[in-house]
Amino acid sequence: MTTLTTRVSRLGKPRKATYWVLAVFVLGSLFPFYWSFLVASRDNGMLTERVPPLLPGGNFFANAARVFDTVPFWKALANSVIVSGTVTLTTVLFSSLAGFAFAKLRFRGRNALFVFIVVTLAVPTQLGIIPLFIAMSKLGWAGGLQAVIVPNLVTAFGVFWMRQYTVDAVPYELIEAARVDGCSMIRIFWNVCLPAVRPAAAILAMFTFMMSWNDFLWPLVVLDVGNPTVQVALEKLQSGYYVDYSLVLAGTTLATIPILIVFLLLGRQIVAGIMQGAVKG
Amino acid sequence: MTSTVRREGTQAGVRRPAPRPGLRDRLSRWDVKASPYLYVAPFFVVFGIVGLFPLLYTAYVSLFHWDAGDDNPDFIGLDNFKELFADAQFWHSLENTVSIFLLSSVPQLIIAVLLAALLSTRLRGATGWRVGILLPYAASLVALGIIFANLFGPKYGLVNGLLQTIGLSPVDWQANRFASHVAIAIMVNWRWTGYNALIVLAAMQAIPKELHEAALIDGAGTVRRFRHVTLPLLKPTLIFVTITSTIGGLQIFTEPKLFDAMPGSNNGGSTHQFQTVTLYLYQTAFENFDLGYASAIAWVLFLIIVLIAGLNYLLTGRIARTPKRRGA
Repeated sequence: MTTLTTRVSRLGKPRKATYWVLAVFVLGSLFPFYWSFLVASRDNGMLTERVPPLLPGGNFFANAARVFDTVPFWKALANSVIVSGTVTLTTVLFSSLAGFAFAKLRFRGRNALFVFIVVTLAVPTQLGIIPLFIAMSKLGWAGGLQAVIVPNLVTAFGVFWMRQYTVDAVPYELIEAARVDGCSMIRIFWNVCLPAVRPAAAILAMFTFMMSWNDFLWPLVVLDVGNPTVQVALEKLQSGYYVDYSLVLAGTTLATIPILIVFLLLGRQIVAGIMQGAVKG
Repeated sequence: MTSTVRREGTQAGVRRPAPRPGLRDRLSRWDVKASPYLYVAPFFVVFGIVGLFPLLYTAYVSLFHWDAGDDNPDFIGLDNFKELFADAQFWHSLENTVSIFLLSSVPQLIIAVLLAALLSTRLRGATGWRVGILLPYAASLVALGIIFANLFGPKYGLVNGLLQTIGLSPVDWQANRFASHVAIAIMVNWRWTGYNALIVLAAMQAIPKELHEAALIDGAGTVRRFRHVTLPLLKPTLIFVTITSTIGGLQIFTEPKLFDAMPGSNNGGSTHQFQTVTLYLYQTAFENFDLGYASAIAWVLFLIIVLIAGLNYLLTGRIARTPKRRGA
């Protein structure tokens, strides 16, 4: 029987089992990635074996090369970089601007407009694909990258996120001082606000890039087979009467590696971002 | 804070030394007035185009017999909706969606809360564990769909291989309706559990330590403290994750599309056994080119999502009650 003080001091101390459970979860998280690399580095024969081999084989580069022969993978990569890059830049810029206005500027209708933005978070934009598709066709944009970029120029989440951060990060005194010095609004934003909200902007940038890179339904609807993003190209790899899994999973590995590297490098910040963005009681 | 806001808005101009009513001054006043609207405008323009307009225009299109590329669609009133309510395939897909949604959301949120409880202890290498748990969030849905379709393959899939190794009979994960729902739900859970765990963890860490200490001194064990201190204080967060996972779960598309044994198909299996509403919507619009009917599906799905999200809100509120007050 331990005393009360030792029990209080032990409060929140993990048991050994905690580590074991977490280790199982992390291994489970890793496994599908590893499996896809495993198949990609061997040939389809491995899939028929009852007990599959646990170590990668040597065929990964050969299988990867076939990916580039089967679908326009270079073009898909370039398209994904263009789309995700542009969307990330504009989302961060427009969200920071709107966040600055909502957090620090006074204007008629400010609260109502902000509440409206928060409410729009609940509108599932995916359901709008049909009119959006009709609109894009009428504009002659269907098939072009702008059809994927324009609908994602800025998000409600981004505005909400930047506003929350700007409220605390930018002191009114600083803005006022800049105004007294004769700064225009846009210069105040650029020289005073933006440097102060850089951490939040960086997190938003990472999120936006990942979301955009992994987006599937809308690019699938609006882009042509010859001009895909990476995700659409992957799906095309798999479509066919006979699925060549070594080929397909080489493709998924190729498409996942860049984002996995980014994630592992910036994981700490991404985690901090998610924890910061969670709703507070 | 309010006073600061007011000062910022009205007095800054007055304070400026020697206000001359010149062009510069008028420009600057205009700058102060118009800039905020200019800065928030991009969101409203984009939302108008991709949120509001589609929602209303979908309602409009749903009143027509509208084939893709048709310039003079026929107005048919509510016929699409009448047809939809009598459409067995639609109800079937709705059942599938709800079944997959329940099989994913319920275990996912329970595990997420428990996982968050483990992560909220004073772990060594806390950030490392969190990053590891979140890893699936980085994966692309398409890659995942393909990988899981392979793992759950009926003939050579690893899962069935393991089942046979331990002496169980293999399951046809694609042909069997319930089994296919389970497989798709596992895919969804694999991706989202860690993410939700982190959101819950953030809320858990905001709970003051003193509350736990006080409960411990009152003699409450781990389980009771969890039920009576932690859970009630998590209520807003639980509502948040439940509603976001509802909105996502009812729109599920990529996973069932890629799970098909006939890749590229939108049938959701040979007898539509795992076709979800969004997949049916996609098939109607972009395989059968019946935009009017697809729009009707979209609107009904939208209403269902609003309804279930509202229901969730009530339910979650009931499960996580406010803490009972105790005597001192």
